Amino acid sequence: MNSTAPLAATGLRKSYGEREVVCGVDFVLQPGECFGLLGPNGAGKTTTLRLCLGLTDPDSGSISVLGKPVPQQAREARMRIGVVPQFDNLDPDFTIRENLLIFGRYFDIPDVTLRARIPSLLEFAGLASRADTRIQTLSGGMKRRLTLARALINDPELVFLDEPTTGLDPQARHVIWERLRNLLKQGKTLLLTTHFMEEAERLCSRVAIMDHGKIIAEGEPRALIAQHIEPQVVEVYGEAAPDWADRFGRSHAERCEATGETIFCYTHDSAPLITDLDARGDLRYLHRRASLEDVFLKLTGRELRD
Amino acid sequence: MSARNHWALPQFSLRFARVWRRNLLVWRKLAIPSMLGNLADPLLYMFGLGYGLGRMLEDVGGMSYIGFLAAGIICSSTMMSASFEAMYSAFSRMQMQKTWEAILNAPLTLDDVVLGEMIWAASKSFLSGSAVLIVAAVLGLVPSPLAFAVIPLIFLIGLAFAGLGLIMTALSPSYDFFMYYFTLCVTPMMLLCGVFFPLDQLPAAAQVAAQLLPLTHAVSLARPLVNGEVPATWLLHIAVLAAYALASFYVALALTRRWLLK
Repeated sequence: MNSTAPLAATGLRKSYGEREVVCGVDFVLQPGECFGLLGPNGAGKTTTLRLCLGLTDPDSGSISVLGKPVPQQAREARMRIGVVPQFDNLDPDFTIRENLLIFGRYFDIPDVTLRARIPSLLEFAGLASRADTRIQTLSGGMKRRLTLARALINDPELVFLDEPTTGLDPQARHVIWERLRNLLKQGKTLLLTTHFMEEAERLCSRVAIMDHGKIIAEGEPRALIAQHIEPQVVEVYGEAAPDWADRFGRSHAERCEATGETIFCYTHDSAPLITDLDARGDLRYLHRRASLEDVFLKLTGRELRD
Repeated sequence: MSARNHWALPQFSLRFARVWRRNLLVWRKLAIPSMLGNLADPLLYMFGLGYGLGRMLEDVGGMSYIGFLAAGIICSSTMMSASFEAMYSAFSRMQMQKTWEAILNAPLTLDDVVLGEMIWAASKSFLSGSAVLIVAAVLGLVPSPLAFAVIPLIFLIGLAFAGLGLIMTALSPSYDFFMYYFTLCVTPMMLLCGVFFPLDQLPAAAQVAAQLLPLTHAVSLARPLVNGEVPATWLLHIAVLAAYALASFYVALALTRRWLLK
């Protein structure tokens, strides 16, 4: 096991009753990187994070976090980890400032240190002017920013972010991304789970795509796109789209996928498709570069996961 | 490595005190209304029944009825206060606000959290029970300074009922579930454990059953002490209450681990 890695997981397995939710997961984080754990709902992302925090024990496999074996020394490891959970669990009985203070005390940080640290965290979260507001009055974006600030109260080396921008509007999401880049600049290591591929593409130096409890692909986002997907995508919409795909699309693109009345054509050369679609003029289309989302959908399929 | 054994012995750190302190800070914001609310109920019972019913009774067990009742009400209000805190309030923190979940991401374990909650609920009930004792003393219902030996006892009673409440919290899917515990356990104890009338008024079988209940032992200790006597069986009563506290903590912890650390 790599002893300098902030986090190394080897052969993790975890079952609940008959159902195995994590089935042999291996990954290693490099210092200072943002590593994305991507996957549809129920892929085992959150369970993997809980295993790495020592909140549940693996059936087999080993975990080392910041040089500590987990779960055996999870408490010591958590001293130096920050966690942004999937659902806000700020303390509704306290103000913004008190939330940071009380949480800091859980780490045995002296009040003097906390009081010195809190103003800069409030600044970081853009909440300095509302320090003494009760948290019920905050918007979703503000709560998330406060949750992020709270995760930094112990000045962690490693930050776990479980779907940090789910449910936020684009403005709030961009602010969170900006703050996360800021953390990377400070040299912190981030472990991010998300099902927003755009988020992963923007932030992560490496991603692992998880499905049914296994990592099915891992690498740099651009490399994964180059490896798994044709570089160009033409999305064609409309009642006549399936028909167009059968007569023209499928023979002029390397690969076509259909969901309802939308056709996704994957190709190295989009020119013939565009020329034909422009000539017809009755089908709306979108021509774009292939993205991580295309890789994700190719590898995990298009059917719903509930 | 196998899955965690939920029945493993607890391992504590002093960080449980952080959980206790968090709850204290929240309580402090609402301390006055909370204290008054907690006192109103037991005092109404004590005065309503004590004077109202007391007029019709010569004496009960060698003392005035209200003097008899005071010790019972100290114990029952401790039970009520600990039960409410360990159930409704702890349930809110565990299930609704996810406060425990947040704490578990810090370097605390569930063992610390459950211990902190139990001691907190006992502390809060200690205030309720002691407040009733003080009111009774001010009114001259407490003839002996030995009554102040009841003060540490109140904390022990609080621990026993806090532990039982935390078991319910660990089992409960919703707030509604707590009504069963009140209807099936708390109310029967109020009526069968010697709070309002001496145990020997009950049928023999009920008297035996009452000996299994923690409130009986609380009242059996508190009443003689309030009236200036040390009961011969004091050690037994303390042992029963302590056993309830320890066993209920252990069961509550194991059940909560099963729920939160699966």
